[in-house]
Amino acid sequence: MSITVCAILRIRNLYAVVMLGSIFSVMAAAIFVILDAVDVAFTEAAVGAGISTVLALGTIALTTDREKKPSHTKILPLIMVCLTGVALIYGTLDLAHYGDPNAPVQTHVGPDYLRDAPVKTGIPNVVTSILASYRGYDTLGEVVVIFTAGIGVILLLGNWRHIGRRREDKDV
Amino acid sequence: MYSYLVLRVVAKLLMPFIMLFGLYVQFHGDFGPGGGFQAGVIFAAGFILYALIFGLQNASRVLPRGILRFGIALGVLLYAGVGVYNLLVGGKYLDYNVMAQNAVHGQHLGILLVELGVGITVTSVMVMVFFTFARHRQTKGDDQDGGSRPL
Amino acid sequence: MAAVGLYNYWIVVFLMMAGFYIVIAHDNLVKKIVGLNVFQASVFVMYITFGKIQGGTAPIIAEGITTYSNPLPHVLILTAIVVGVATTALGLALVVRINEAYGTIEEDEIHVQDEES
Repeated sequence: MSITVCAILRIRNLYAVVMLGSIFSVMAAAIFVILDAVDVAFTEAAVGAGISTVLALGTIALTTDREKKPSHTKILPLIMVCLTGVALIYGTLDLAHYGDPNAPVQTHVGPDYLRDAPVKTGIPNVVTSILASYRGYDTLGEVVVIFTAGIGVILLLGNWRHIGRRREDKDV
Repeated sequence: MYSYLVLRVVAKLLMPFIMLFGLYVQFHGDFGPGGGFQAGVIFAAGFILYALIFGLQNASRVLPRGILRFGIALGVLLYAGVGVYNLLVGGKYLDYNVMAQNAVHGQHLGILLVELGVGITVTSVMVMVFFTFARHRQTKGDDQDGGSRPL
Repeated sequence: MAAVGLYNYWIVVFLMMAGFYIVIAHDNLVKKIVGLNVFQASVFVMYITFGKIQGGTAPIIAEGITTYSNPLPHVLILTAIVVGVATTALGLALVVRINEAYGTIEEDEIHVQDEES
């Protein structure tokens, strides 16, 4: 995964970058399966490797597939990134270890959901029941976000002027 | 229009299975991995495959723009409507317990309907976004070289 | 022992910083969006790592299994992924419009054109 990211950093051909991004998504999905998140892996494989790659390729087809040589120096961003990275790694030292069953994350709401959700909703897939029932408001808001994004894309690229022009042609 | 024989035959073979798998993921999401989002994306991927291979015109004939626009709104309305229905029959907003004779059945029904709403919206938005991108390219091509480009 | 327990987080930090670097150091707008996606994916991996319990399985209730991983992060990330693709689509649409308005998707060239006008 890290190797793919390094390649994305270096390569200036945007087709290659987008395809590497797709490979990156598939690998992320594999990692999610290892970490027991099958629903998430499913979504990541379908969305990250499928739809966003297609859309990015569409954008490249509409624009250009070469990235120009950078004009300014990259030292400052590199220093910034290194500093932030070191700070974050210092932060991870306090985090709970991988797979620790006594971590704070595991001891509060998670077990309650696991105990109650199958009984109250009669649905064995806890992820689905939390998504649609316990956190119904979240999901509603999220559907509205998708709705808005869809409308935004239609408004941005929907060729409204084109339609208007066609109507004028008809009138003439 | 492209005429790669192998692609066309394989795509025709695959389409029903993609759709069937999408339906399975949509309605079996309660018991295995899956749900509205995944199913929506799988459906959308199926339609995008169709559009890529058989051309945008044919894909638009299968799924006209009007239906997609309708679908985008319908999914959100279905989701919100389930909440309003719960209010009307005396529960809280998005509290599915009151939707059937007992709470567990109500939850089942509510989750199924809500996931269906999510699936419809996600499918419509994804296909619509792809069509919009593709059609944009087409109209741009019209302006530049008289529309001789495929897709 | 600490190195083994925190290995996942370090990978996450590396990925996150790589995405961050792509976003701030590259001028190409499409590449910036790919960088944003990498950044996003790193956050997803971090959340899912939180949810993992040693010896647990996927949170689908079945007989004979007692340990499940925490389902709550999975739900949060599920919604985040789909919102992520929606924002990516919107961002790419904006890039296409910018390309039409300026004839380029390189940030510094856009700046130059802005200053000229």
